[in-house]
Amino acid sequence: MVDTVNLMCTRQRLGEEQTTLQASPVPEGQVVGENYTPPEGCELASGWEVFSGQFGTLGSELWTETGNVLFAAVGAIPSFIGYVLIILICMFAWRAVKSFLTPKRDFTSLKTVTFGDESAVRSEFPASIISIVFIFLIWGSFTGSALVPSFLHLPAPFTGENKFTYTVEDAEGNRDDADVFVRVFEAGADPDEIEVAEGDGFAKNDTTDVTVYRSEIVTWDRNDGVNRRDDGARIVAINGEEFDFDASAENNGTPPSFELGWARVAITERGTINVSPDAGWQMQPLYLPAPEVVWNRFIEIAKYGYQNVYLTVHLGFSLFRVVVGFLLGAAVGIPLGYAMGLSNWFRGWFDPIVEFMRPVPPLALIPLVIIWFGIGEVGKIFLLFLAALWIMAIAARSGVSGVRITKVHAAYSLGASKWQILRHVIIPNSLPEIFTGARVAMGVCWGTVVAAELVAAEEGIGKMITTASKFQSTDIILLGVIIIGVVGFGIDMLMRMAERKLVPWKGKG
Amino acid sequence: MSGLAIDNISMRFDLPNGSHVQALQDVTLDLKQGELLSVLGPSGCGKTTLLNIVAGFLAPTGGETRVNGHVVEGPDAERGMVFQQGALFEWMSVRDNVSFGPRMAGKKKADYMGNVDHLLDVVGLQDFKEKMVYELSGGMQQRVALARCLANDPDVILMDEPLGALDALTREKMQSLVLKLWKETGKTIILITHSIDEALLLGERVLVMAPRPGRIHKEYRLPFAEMGVDADLREVKEHPDYAPTREEILTMIWNMEEEIMGRTEAGA
Repeated sequence: MVDTVNLMCTRQRLGEEQTTLQASPVPEGQVVGENYTPPEGCELASGWEVFSGQFGTLGSELWTETGNVLFAAVGAIPSFIGYVLIILICMFAWRAVKSFLTPKRDFTSLKTVTFGDESAVRSEFPASIISIVFIFLIWGSFTGSALVPSFLHLPAPFTGENKFTYTVEDAEGNRDDADVFVRVFEAGADPDEIEVAEGDGFAKNDTTDVTVYRSEIVTWDRNDGVNRRDDGARIVAINGEEFDFDASAENNGTPPSFELGWARVAITERGTINVSPDAGWQMQPLYLPAPEVVWNRFIEIAKYGYQNVYLTVHLGFSLFRVVVGFLLGAAVGIPLGYAMGLSNWFRGWFDPIVEFMRPVPPLALIPLVIIWFGIGEVGKIFLLFLAALWIMAIAARSGVSGVRITKVHAAYSLGASKWQILRHVIIPNSLPEIFTGARVAMGVCWGTVVAAELVAAEEGIGKMITTASKFQSTDIILLGVIIIGVVGFGIDMLMRMAERKLVPWKGKG
Repeated sequence: MSGLAIDNISMRFDLPNGSHVQALQDVTLDLKQGELLSVLGPSGCGKTTLLNIVAGFLAPTGGETRVNGHVVEGPDAERGMVFQQGALFEWMSVRDNVSFGPRMAGKKKADYMGNVDHLLDVVGLQDFKEKMVYELSGGMQQRVALARCLANDPDVILMDEPLGALDALTREKMQSLVLKLWKETGKTIILITHSIDEALLLGERVLVMAPRPGRIHKEYRLPFAEMGVDADLREVKEHPDYAPTREEILTMIWNMEEEIMGRTEAGA
């Protein structure tokens, strides 16, 4: 065990004197307060310095981060306002169309209280449809999707061929023009070599191939009669626009750049030409693939799997873990909740445990679970078991304590015994709460399983995402996210249906 | 000995802050088999506490209650209870609610089903036997509660403002029903109510309680319940004795309320 001390160190940095708090080990054989000498420029920090040093650093970092967050938030405001405007426009448009198609008087709007009456607010189905369509529309127009009519596409990046002219001046002041032919092609395409005529004069025509969204350096003097190093040749004009920039001179100012519409052409510090074709407004497929790409990926993976694992296997493993973990959690959590709701002793015994474990997110336990159980199924199911356990226990407990005392009294005065009251009053009365808990627990389990698979798994929908992220297959990542969302939604719908079927008296007591 | 004897009941609640509330002080009362007693009083006079003690939900701090000659030591099927609302089991159908008592007692289905159906007919729910209770209106639910209590054939029926949450019209119908059931079954009934009209119309005996500590203030023996069995309750109200009695009790309770308010203000 090495002793450690907190030091206040002063050092020169960028011409400024900075004092920082840092922890430093005490060298072997030295004892603080006896023979320990702090390093050069440092001295032992007092208690107050340790305290204020920590919080000073924390404070200044948080201040900077707050600034960053606010800056990002303010930047998002126009998009946010735009989105709200679109929602409102769609609403008025839909209402107008509806009242045009079905002109009838809607008496519900004449009710005295419709605004603020929560029960009067229903989810409007057309709004949901338009909302989803709108998401795909935005997605499509930002990716140049074939599903979206092309006039809705944002400007695409430049592809194809174009050229620009550069003018060379050699050391003697002779000038000559030559062309650069630029071909911009999609990633992965393999265009044939092209030949261009060299042209006359000492400057010769060049060609360059650029992948879309990338830029390319044109070493224009590679084939010319003069070059930069030996002849002191330099470019003095692009497309006839003259400028004064000499890469070989000292203190030569900022290199010029030219917007040609289809590309940005810049002279580099070394005198070469940098060609950046126009990237347009669309997102690169690496950042956001088009909907149809994701759909095709889905078909492909559904048929042939990803990385030798079929999609059904990925999905099946994830669902298996969730279902088994949830069932185990419910099997232990519900009796535990009942015991806590019915017995003071059990309540006292388990209250500290439950209240301590409940706020601990299962994800925080992943490292421990891996250490204890390895990365096999047992560990992951244990994690989900824990996730479901506390939720189910608390739901069952509040279901039991939530029984109206008059119901218990009524059952007693009808001659029921304690066990009969448990069986016929307390348990049925707690079922709605348990179902609510089960829905929450299922949601949490589904979220946890994906996160657990991100950390360690052989197969599973989360594992598919992790693998895809290593190959930068954004389409598969996106596909995984969509599958997770759809399956989670589906699970909740099933639970709701079961709830309506099994506890129809919910909220009607 | 059949009937109900409340003997010197006292109830004291200790509060967490060390003080205590004397909810009932030396309440003594005898009810013969088949008597209908209604209990009136300002809020906080211990009506419900008294009923809970008789039902066996609360153990009194002094005195005892005897039913059919034995001391009450907890809830029992011999003392049925009808609550204001919310005491039905909404996970059961109307029929299952009403047959709850006999089922819990382990009786054979054939033995109780006839009675259950009969009771549902009596309370006018013959068309709603298979419905779930949450599908019924408030008045219908209280009729289920009455039938459920009767199906268990208790000796004493305790009613804690059973009609308090109903609208005026339903309430009047239900009052006639209670009288009819009382006469037909001959049960001993204690009815707690906030409504003076209800107490007068339904109470063969009317007990007015006073608060702080809760005690019996005055007792009346009235003819209106007997009259109401066969007559329209509105006709009963036109009886020459009705209005003066009503006025007397109203003034009595009013004065008690005034006194409470005065005491609270003086204390404040």
